[in-house]
Amino acid sequence: MTLHDRLLALDRRWVFAVLTLFVITPLFIKFSVPVTPVKEVREIYDFIEGLKPGDYILLSLDYDPGSLAELHPVAYAMLEQCFAKRLKVITLTLSQTGAQMVEEAVKDVADSCKLYHGFTPERGIDYVYLGYKPYPGLIILGMGMNFRIPFPQDYYGTTLDSIPMMRGIKNYDNVKAVINLSAGNVSDYWVADGNARYGVKLALAMTGVMAADYYPYYQSRQIFGIIGGMKGAAEYEKLCKNPGTAAEAMKIQVFAHVVIIIFIIIGNLAYFLGRRKTAPTQESR
Amino acid sequence: MKRQIPLVLVFTFGVLLAIQYFVPSEPSQRGYEFVLDWITIIGIFAMVLGIWSQIHVGYYKIKHRSEDWQYSVVTLVSMFAMILFGLSFFGGLHGTIFRLIYNNVFIPIQATIFSLLAFYIASASYRAFRARSAVSTVLLVAALLLMLRVIPTGPLADPINQIGSWMLLVPNLAAKRAILIGVGMGGVATALKIVLGIERSYLGKD
Repeated sequence: MTLHDRLLALDRRWVFAVLTLFVITPLFIKFSVPVTPVKEVREIYDFIEGLKPGDYILLSLDYDPGSLAELHPVAYAMLEQCFAKRLKVITLTLSQTGAQMVEEAVKDVADSCKLYHGFTPERGIDYVYLGYKPYPGLIILGMGMNFRIPFPQDYYGTTLDSIPMMRGIKNYDNVKAVINLSAGNVSDYWVADGNARYGVKLALAMTGVMAADYYPYYQSRQIFGIIGGMKGAAEYEKLCKNPGTAAEAMKIQVFAHVVIIIFIIIGNLAYFLGRRKTAPTQESR
Repeated sequence: MKRQIPLVLVFTFGVLLAIQYFVPSEPSQRGYEFVLDWITIIGIFAMVLGIWSQIHVGYYKIKHRSEDWQYSVVTLVSMFAMILFGLSFFGGLHGTIFRLIYNNVFIPIQATIFSLLAFYIASASYRAFRARSAVSTVLLVAALLLMLRVIPTGPLADPINQIGSWMLLVPNLAAKRAILIGVGMGGVATALKIVLGIERSYLGKD
């Protein structure tokens, strides 16, 4: 068996082993990956920066723990940016398994504000967490009429009318924008039901594999920004001057991508070597 | 009757909701609210049906010792345990046990499964990204350029970033838009066929 035959028939466990090694290695090396924020990420940051204290923004954190690594950094950076700007933040999740995770993230960021911004955003005054309700399309349509239809109470069982920051807040007309962080098709509902039906100003943050699917909406300005995957998250953290887990995880992502590229090159070299060897044989026949 | 009633309901609500979309008046909004409530109620029944189906399938597999029946035991035990610990008697969704399981079992399991994707992508890339033809070479080059976007390449970083953005915003967008428009038109056509009673497969065979 020649070398290229061996390479072409390489057991995938070797690929797994090499990738594991290269995913672990950057954890022990101190370096940072330079990131340059792209326009679609910057637009979201600039929009939030342009809001006035007291403006309302809705963050729909529609992802589950499986996508936590890619989307939590955006959620943390964005929540902190909103709190620091003294915006009123309405949070919710339309992901069945995300309710507790999102609650902890919102509380985490609110608690850490004391340390970094000298004040602690108060639940019910600076932010509200509405929790989870099933059937995203219906919830988004319902909120377009009145937040109280799908969410008569917040996650903790307090009626929306008795929450100070929700008094007089009826529907999307009262929020400046909706930012949807999603790891599934909830973004489609936000575009089709939130933006198309109610004209909600919408931006999306999503996992890397999803991002390419949503560029048509960005170009048609149905959404005003896209944060795609870990790279987008790292760019957002950079804009917020708040390097966190995404900036750190970019090291691993860079190593993993390098390994994949090397494997692709090796695979192609083996393929062409094999073809060169078999070509004359075919001709001789 | 078994077929006529659903057909009449689908036709009536299909036409009314299509009209409602373009008539933003108060009665139309109230009607819409009413329909939304009904959809939620029907959805809850569908959820009950789903849970029942899960129990039924799992129980059948365990009873007949079908292939991989052990997984059904894990599924059913986990499902009932989470329902039990989610009850207010155990502190509900805010309770310690529920949170403990959620944070220490559920989150790591989900994160692990999703992270396995990277390994399969690496293995699949090694096998699939071969310059076998002109089209596959285009695919290969596009994939390499998009991957290179996340790698610091020094002076090449800017041009690679620009090419990557161009690929996302021009060829990718053209293809995606064509697919989206096709899907949208297909959706409208299917909806019309259902509303007009031409497409009846949702009624079942009986």
